[in-house]
Amino acid sequence: MDRKIRVLVGKPGLDGHDRGAKVVARAYRDAGMEVIYSGLHRTPAELVQAAIDEDVDVVALSILSGAHNALVPAVLEGLRAQGIDDVLVLVGGIVPEHDVPGLKAAGVSAVFGPGTPLDTIVEYTKNHVRRAI
Amino acid sequence: MERRERFQTISGLPVRPCYRPEDAAQLEYPRDLGDPGQYPFTRGIHHTMYRGRLWTMRQFSGFGTALETNARFRYLLEQGQTGLSVAFDMPTIMGYDSDHPRAYGEVGVVGVAIDSLADMEILFSGIPLGQVSTSMTINAPASVLLAMYVAAGAKQGVPGDRLSGTVQNDILKEYIAQKSYVFPPAPSMRLITDIMAYCSRHVPRWNTISISGYHIREAGSTAAQELAFTLADGMAYVEAGMAAGLDVDVFAPRLSFFFNAHNDLFEEVAKYRAARRIWARAMKEKYGARDPRSWLLRFHTQTAGCSLTAQQPENNIVRTTVQALAAVLGGTQSLHTNSMDEAWALPSEKAATIALRTQQILAEESGVVNTVDPLGGSYFIEALTNEMEQAAHAYFQAIERMGGVIPAIEKGFFQREIADAAYAYQRRVDSKAYGVVGVNCYEVPEKVEIPLLRIHPETERRQVERLQQVRRERDNAQVEAALGRLESCARGQENVMPAMVEAVCAYATVGEIMDRLRQVFGVYREPALF
Repeated sequence: MDRKIRVLVGKPGLDGHDRGAKVVARAYRDAGMEVIYSGLHRTPAELVQAAIDEDVDVVALSILSGAHNALVPAVLEGLRAQGIDDVLVLVGGIVPEHDVPGLKAAGVSAVFGPGTPLDTIVEYTKNHVRRAI
Repeated sequence: MERRERFQTISGLPVRPCYRPEDAAQLEYPRDLGDPGQYPFTRGIHHTMYRGRLWTMRQFSGFGTALETNARFRYLLEQGQTGLSVAFDMPTIMGYDSDHPRAYGEVGVVGVAIDSLADMEILFSGIPLGQVSTSMTINAPASVLLAMYVAAGAKQGVPGDRLSGTVQNDILKEYIAQKSYVFPPAPSMRLITDIMAYCSRHVPRWNTISISGYHIREAGSTAAQELAFTLADGMAYVEAGMAAGLDVDVFAPRLSFFFNAHNDLFEEVAKYRAARRIWARAMKEKYGARDPRSWLLRFHTQTAGCSLTAQQPENNIVRTTVQALAAVLGGTQSLHTNSMDEAWALPSEKAATIALRTQQILAEESGVVNTVDPLGGSYFIEALTNEMEQAAHAYFQAIERMGGVIPAIEKGFFQREIADAAYAYQRRVDSKAYGVVGVNCYEVPEKVEIPLLRIHPETERRQVERLQQVRRERDNAQVEAALGRLESCARGQENVMPAMVEAVCAYATVGEIMDRLRQVFGVYREPALF
C-alpha cells in the first residue's frame, strides 16, 4: 500500500447517537486508515466541505434518526456538485430494508445495519475504495 | 473442566463458579440491607412493593404529528397502559421549529413534532391530565415543554398542583452520552434549578429531573459506569440546587432516576440495589437531607435498545422479557419494554402491543410480584451488589479529582470511558467471546419480513403548514412582548419559568423561545473525539 486510505466518518442531521460512528472510526484507525470524525449535528453541506478539505477517499455516514432518505442523497448531490464522483460513500445505522434501494440509487455503495462485524466494514471499504491507493 | 477459560458478566466483571456465605460475610442486615422500605433501601423503597401497587407501565411513544401520536396514546391507555411517555422528534429535542433548515427530513420521524402549544393541546386531547401521569423525554428545551404541559393542563381546567409527571431535564448525561445538548453547562444548570424552584411551588407532584443512566449504557458503557456516572450526575444536581439556595428537602424528593435493563440479569439487579443504597447514604450522610423521601431512589427502567438485533427480530421479544424481569426483580417504579422491530424502525402498533403484554404477563402470571426483593440474601447478588457499589465509589473519587462532573465532561473523561467500553464490547462480539444469537451464532440466511411503521411522507409539509397557520393567527405583538420578558429574565437572575409559561400561552414556538435563549446563553460544541 503506497498511502493510507483516508476516511471521513460523518454524522449528518440532529441525532446524537454516536456509538456506532465512534466504534467504526476506531476500527478504521486500527486497520491503518487515516480517520477524520466530523463530530455531531452536521449538515450535508458541512460534510461535503469536510470531505473536500480533508481530501478523503471514503465518506462513511452514520445515521440513526430515520432522516437518511433526506440527508444522505443531499451529501451525494453536494459531492457531485463539487465535481467529486470517485469517493466511496457508505451508510451505517438504523435503516429499514425498503429504504436501501433508494440510497443505492442515489450513489451509496453499501448500507451496514446493526450486527455488522467491524471486519466486514473494514474489508468492504478496502476492496471498494475507488481512488488509487 | 469448564467450557470457557473465564466467565464474566456482559460488562466484563469476573464471575466465580459458586458463591458462598463468606462472599457476603461483611454484610450487616440493618446497616447494609434493611427491610424493604427501610434505610438504606437496598431491598426496595416500599414495604409492600408490587403487592401494594404494580409498577407503572409506561411505553415511550411518539411519531408524526400530534394527532397521530394522540391516537397511539389513546390506544395504549385502552390496552391497559397506566402512564404516558412522550417521544419528541429531533427538531423539538434540539429546539428548532419544523420549518428550520436543520429540521429538513427529521420532522415527526423519531418522535412527535411539537412546535407550539397548539400541538400540545392536540397531543393530550381527550386525555385527562389530572388523572394520567406523563413523562416527557426532553432535555435542553425541558423548560419550554414543561411550560406547555402546564398551559395544556390549565386549558383542561387542571391546575399545576394536580399535574403529575416527569421531564427528563438531565442535561449532564446529554454532554456525556446522548448528545442532545444546546446551551453550555453553566446556563443549562441554571435552567434546571429554575425548574426545581418553580415546580416546588407550582407543580409540586412533578418530577423535575429524571437522572438518566439509560443513554449512558446505550452509548456503550458498562453496568458499573452507568451506575457511577448517573449517581455522580445526581449528586451534581443536588449540589447545584443547594448552591442556588434551595433547601435539599424541598427539591430532592422530586428527583427521579432512569436506568437501563440489559441482558445480564443478575448484574442488572445488583446495579439497582446498589443504586438505592448509595443514593440513600449520600443524601442522608453527605447532603444532610432529613426528609426520608429525599433518601429514596425512585427509578424508571427501559429495556436495552442496543441489545436488540436486526437479525431474527422476533427473538427480541425474549431478550426484552429477560431484561424486564431484571427491572422487576430490581424493584423498578415504572417500566418501558422495547418492541421487537426497533433495530429496524419505530415500533408498529402490533410490536408495541406485544411489548406491553410482556409486562402484563410478568405482572399477572409469573409470580415475581408476590414478594419484595426475592433475590436479596443470595450470596451472589449480595456480592455483586457490593462490587457495583465499590466500582461506583472508585469512579466518584476519580470524578472528584477532576474537579467534579462538569470539568470531567470538558476533559472528555466520560466520553472516552464510554467509547472504550463500547469498542471493547464490539470486539468481544466480533471475536465471538460474547455470543449474540442470530448475529455471531445460530445465524440463518433470512429476508426479514416484519411490518414496519412508516412515517407518512406528507408529515413534514403538514406540520410546517400548521406551524405557519399558528404564526398567522396569534397576536404577534403579545408574542414579542413575552419573548422580551423571557429574555430579560434569562439575562438576569429571575426565574425564567413564569415568563416561559406566558410565552407559550401566547403561542410562541419552541424554536423562537430557544433562539432567544441561544442569543443569551450561547451554544455548546463538543470536541470530536473517538
